[in-house]
Amino acid sequence: MKNIKQSLAVSLWFIFLTFPLMVVKVNTSDQLVQWRWMNILWIGLATFVLSFVWRYALARKEARQMAAQSGQDEQDKPSRIQALLEDQSLRYKAMIALLIFALAFPWVFDTYQSTIMISALIYVVLGLGLNITVGLAGLLDLGYVAFFAVGAYSYALLNHHFGLGFWTILPVGGILSCLFGVILGFPILRLRGDYLAIVTLGFGMIIKVVLENWSDFSFGPSGIANIDKPGLFGLKMDIAASTTYIYYIMIGLVVLTIIVTARLKNSRIGRAWIALREDEIACVAMGIDMARTKLSAYALGAFWAGMVGVMFAAKTTFINPASFTFMESAIILSIVVLGGMGSILGVILGAMILILLPEYLRAFSEYRMIIFGAAMVVMMIFRPQGIISNVRQKYEFKGLKEKSENV
Amino acid sequence: MSDTTKRTLLEVKGLTMDFGGLRAVDSIDLTVSEGEIAALIGPNGAGKTTFFNCVTGIYTPTDGDILIHPKDKPTRRVNGSKPNMVTTLGMARTFQNIRLFPDMTVLENVMIGRHCRTKTGLTGAILRGKAARKEEQEIVESSYTLLEKVGLGEFANEYSKNLPYGAQRRLEIARAMATEPFLLLLDEPAAGMNPQETADLDALICRIRDVEKIAILLIEHDMKLVMNISDTIHVMEYGKKIATGTPQQIKDNPKVIEAYLGEETEA
Amino acid sequence: MEYFIELFLGGLTRGSIYALIALGYTMVYGIIQLINFAHGEIYMIGAFVAYIVCGVLTIYGFHGVSILIIAGLLAIVYSCAYGYTLEKVAYRPLRNAPRLSPLISAIGMSIFLQNYVLLAQTPDFLPFPALIPDFEFMEPIAHIIGSPELVILVTTLVTMIMLTVLIKYTKIGKAMRATQQDMSMARLVGINVDRVISTTFVIGSALAAIGGVLVASYIGQVNFYIGFIAGVKAFTAAVLGGIGSVPGAVLGGLVLGLTESFAAGYISSDYEDVFAFGLLVLILILRPSGILGRATKQKV
Ligand SMILES: Nc1ncnc2c1ncn2[C@@H]1O[C@H](COP(=O)(O)OP(=O)(O)OP(=O)(O)O)[C@@H](O)[C@H]1O
Ligand SMILES: [Mg+2]
Repeated sequence: MKNIKQSLAVSLWFIFLTFPLMVVKVNTSDQLVQWRWMNILWIGLATFVLSFVWRYALARKEARQMAAQSGQDEQDKPSRIQALLEDQSLRYKAMIALLIFALAFPWVFDTYQSTIMISALIYVVLGLGLNITVGLAGLLDLGYVAFFAVGAYSYALLNHHFGLGFWTILPVGGILSCLFGVILGFPILRLRGDYLAIVTLGFGMIIKVVLENWSDFSFGPSGIANIDKPGLFGLKMDIAASTTYIYYIMIGLVVLTIIVTARLKNSRIGRAWIALREDEIACVAMGIDMARTKLSAYALGAFWAGMVGVMFAAKTTFINPASFTFMESAIILSIVVLGGMGSILGVILGAMILILLPEYLRAFSEYRMIIFGAAMVVMMIFRPQGIISNVRQKYEFKGLKEKSENV
Repeated sequence: MSDTTKRTLLEVKGLTMDFGGLRAVDSIDLTVSEGEIAALIGPNGAGKTTFFNCVTGIYTPTDGDILIHPKDKPTRRVNGSKPNMVTTLGMARTFQNIRLFPDMTVLENVMIGRHCRTKTGLTGAILRGKAARKEEQEIVESSYTLLEKVGLGEFANEYSKNLPYGAQRRLEIARAMATEPFLLLLDEPAAGMNPQETADLDALICRIRDVEKIAILLIEHDMKLVMNISDTIHVMEYGKKIATGTPQQIKDNPKVIEAYLGEETEA
Repeated sequence: MEYFIELFLGGLTRGSIYALIALGYTMVYGIIQLINFAHGEIYMIGAFVAYIVCGVLTIYGFHGVSILIIAGLLAIVYSCAYGYTLEKVAYRPLRNAPRLSPLISAIGMSIFLQNYVLLAQTPDFLPFPALIPDFEFMEPIAHIIGSPELVILVTTLVTMIMLTVLIKYTKIGKAMRATQQDMSMARLVGINVDRVISTTFVIGSALAAIGGVLVASYIGQVNFYIGFIAGVKAFTAAVLGGIGSVPGAVLGGLVLGLTESFAAGYISSDYEDVFAFGLLVLILILRPSGILGRATKQKV
């Protein structure tokens, strides 16, 4: 009974809150007011139900925290899925199966599907790159798309002016964008975490403003067209063939990114990044150079964005500043956050879900951003570790134990 | 313990630290020598932790000199050096409010300590060449050995946030030792421990000095522990040093008794 | 010279709006060390509610200043309600979470609210009626400063004075200052910290709503996206002045407004935003605590 009253109050409050925006719609040119009374009903019903769910989830979260504090660490027991993921032999089998599926994809599905898959893969690489900066090193970068733009424009401009090919520029774009990251990172990486967020956000906006206004350099808002697609020993390819080709390049790039990030994650460098994220002061007190560690994470994140930016320009053959808005940065960030900060598998899954779902559920695509926004909030509150939480590597000590016993 | 034969490791002269109008540390002189366990005691808010923070580079002191004398290396003045520089030079610390890396495993926490003594770079980590793999193996082994020394070997693969309180304090010590210091600064290592754990800690600290040959400067409120293990005790009050001496001298010092009266009855 | 004065007054007007929004950032940051990314959206919602109320009232035959006052008041009420709800839903459950969590939640909220308005209303720019009348006594100097500018400057000034009085002399103001200095201590002496935080959000939202209505009627249009840019600029202003400091936010707002105005007037208006962020980066590098902020050392 008390619950129902509470939910009724919540629902009334939200009806009040949403009334002007959801119910009233003014058309000033025709002097008409449109009253959408039905919306009250929907809002009322939805918030009534949601408030129950919300309270239940909050109570559960609190109970779990209490249990954790009183020394029962059961909550940290990996879930069944998590346990499956850690099973080594199963992991290899799954990986091989996935790879076969990925390689067969363009032959099983049509060109349209491949095109969609390519953009999803682009976001996978972007997500994995940002995962280094945000997920591992804990540096909240809200202007990540700027590096993507650097890569894309490097290729577009160098191709337009000098006719340089895709394969030459692929590493160059990555390195340029990496350099960009270093130059920008030097002054700002000393900043506190939240300042960093706002400065990178500003940087992302500056890049866009510059691209739009400095027409001599970037051709302004109209962008650059007729960018060459990737070549294969001068072979002429039709659209289908070239899509398949780009698809395979993308798969290669994804695999490369996965290998590199996975190796880094469990290396001396990766551990330093994570330590920095966990506790900056303890981290420097343990002898880690903060500036250098931050810079390497920031620049490496930028590197992948630059590479995949080149890829993006080559795929679309046309770019303009409109592709590099804050919304892009926000989407990439939500991929990392929802997938699971620091977790490679999580980020891949996050990118697939966030990019493919709106693509296949057309009706839903209009609501895409609002759902991303809400999901970020809900995730932070109820499952901050994301869909798949980051699991640290375990080490074996059999030989070691004997050794230390003999000493 | 004759001071003439022992090399000085840390030499602090006239160290002063102001926070706005508050002088938290007021011209402190202090030295720690090889093979010594020195204790820094004083009532709450005396400025002990602030002293540590200045010495380890977390704060830049307002005034004074901090000189460290590493073995085989020239003396360095470390005022305003970055904390990682100080640690690399050979002085490592623990924190009063435990600052572990909660989402890393116990072993990885110690492995972080090895960072400044190893050198695999980005390319090494990506290519995983022979040198990198060998170094990684060395990091794991030496870290695990350290864990066993502080009695945490069995927890190596647990997340550090799941350790009980006393174990977390010992883990901080192991992590600091992983940086191969010649001087270890411990900020209230026994805080929150039960008598049994404190006794174990007592033995551990002595072992660190005698077996590992690491000198120790510790802040502690547990007088029993301090009197038991210290060679020298320094007493601070309101930022100033009011006494230095052996445990017996400190026990009999009227100034110290006055500073502690009503403050720490167990002293 | 006249051009200079015009730019100066333009910068002042713009700056005082930044200041109004910046206060919301600074007060919230001062208490819970959170960049309330969604604050710009609260400002936008204020402007939008005012737009809707104006539209309805005009169609039902109201006139002039009465519209402005009703619309302004409702905008404030709604912004406050949104600000209050925002804190309760998105930030309160994260009070003890790691520092990145509330920040990401704030960004999520910002995206959510933008798209909520976009879907509930329209993605287009909507014409906002010029509600501020042209005063007769302003005619002789109308070429330098218009009536809307004057109203904005005066309203901002009055609001600032009221805010200062509130913070300095009222009970809740004292509680706010105490909470800002030491939250756990404030809780120990019996201050209801949750209520103080809610109040801070409500006050900040009211200021943002005032800014929103003034800007919308000054510029003459609203859109779901206006809050984002304004929010980032205002945050810049808050950092510029020294985040956590109330006079700092005002000063930062004015400095930012003037910089933008002069840069746009004498250099190029295309790069307005670039100057604003250039200034931010410069300040953060040279003086991270801002113009009026005090450098504090984190206790270890
Ligand atoms: N970052 C800081 N900013 C301002 N004041 C500080 C800061 N750090 C410490 N202080 C003040 O300096 C004084 C000394 O604090 P410190 O933490 O060094 O004491 P302590 O001797 O370690 O006490 P305890 O035994 O309680 O740990 C205290 O009054 C404290 O409030
Ligand atoms: Mg202390």
